[in-house]
Amino acid sequence: MSGPRILFCNCTYAQVVPREVKTAVLQKLSESEASFEAVADLCEMSARRDPALKELASAPAIKIAACYPRAVKWLFAAAGAPLPKTTAEVLNMRVQSADEVSSRLAASDVQPNLPADKAQAPAG
Amino acid sequence: MAIKDHPALHVVIYEGAGAQPLGAQERFSILSALLEKGYSVTRATNGQAETANGPNALTLGRFTNGHAGRTHQIDQFDVNRICEAVEQARSDTGGLKHGEWKPWFPVIDYDRCTNCMQCLSFCLFGVYGVDSQQRIQVQNNDNCKTNCPACSRVCPEAAIMFPKYKAGPINGDVVSDADLQREKMKIDISALLGGDVYAMLRDRSERAKSRFSRERDSDKALKERQKCLTKLAQAGDIPPEVLMSLPSPDEIQRRAEEAKGKAEAALQAAQTTSQT
Repeated sequence: MSGPRILFCNCTYAQVVPREVKTAVLQKLSESEASFEAVADLCEMSARRDPALKELASAPAIKIAACYPRAVKWLFAAAGAPLPKTTAEVLNMRVQSADEVSSRLAASDVQPNLPADKAQAPAG
Repeated sequence: MAIKDHPALHVVIYEGAGAQPLGAQERFSILSALLEKGYSVTRATNGQAETANGPNALTLGRFTNGHAGRTHQIDQFDVNRICEAVEQARSDTGGLKHGEWKPWFPVIDYDRCTNCMQCLSFCLFGVYGVDSQQRIQVQNNDNCKTNCPACSRVCPEAAIMFPKYKAGPINGDVVSDADLQREKMKIDISALLGGDVYAMLRDRSERAKSRFSRERDSDKALKERQKCLTKLAQAGDIPPEVLMSLPSPDEIQRRAEEAKGKAEAALQAAQTTSQT
């Protein structure tokens, strides 16, 4: 059985994710054997309603190295691609260390941490 | 063309069957360079990621037997040449040119949103609208003013995020009770300033204009406007350049009334729907 999909967001258009953290995480991913998706900026993809987000959200399980789980949850929802709440884990490169993020990306299990659903985004 | 209608080139680094793997440092260099230029990249091995062969895809690799679709053969490693090939493919496919718009726009947390329409009535730039069920939604995200989080400041539930904002809860961090109290206080401050910040701006500008006509003192009028804008910028964390780029007082009034009208109509329609 294949493991969870891996998605890395470079947050290219802002300086809110520490450069040393995102660089170290990307370096570790590059050294690994894993297949992964590296995107320049999830916000931009969400704004464009990029169909790739739907494809990613439809994965049986996914780990996302980006920013706050609440923001990631609603960025996907805004693109019409709600994440699976029980099989998505978001690693927050704004506050977690590169080692923490990298070790969670490499782990085979998923620790779901999206905020619990109370509502759905309107269809747009 | 709105940003949401524009497809982007997708780049794949293919290292599966029929291609030799790249070195880790080569892979990292390509990824870093392309990500900084705004491209999304899939690293595809024999595992789960599939090679994209769509019209908007370019596959990079050390292919041993050729490869289907639009490809670029990496023989001698030169990251600049690879970036040039990607840029050429983007141009050939008419893909989105990255970096022309900073993706700054509101993201609504519908777990918190109460559909009160304050954001719709506040925003002068037509970012918000409602769907067929009269639910608030972000409709024109590229109309949003870069680095301006003002609408999130008027949201009583802290339901509006700007993921690239510096601080929580606007950046998506968990909303605490203390945050909610702070948000409420901000609205009270706004009310004390005279209802809403645009009304305040309009009134102060009008006063400045009338003083200007009386005194013929352009310096004084300018100082008054600057004083007003500084106060607003501090109250709402609104970038001065956004305030300076606001339209004329008459146009502000027109847009504010239009936004308020939209919000009232949406609330009324939502009420009617819930009663039936």
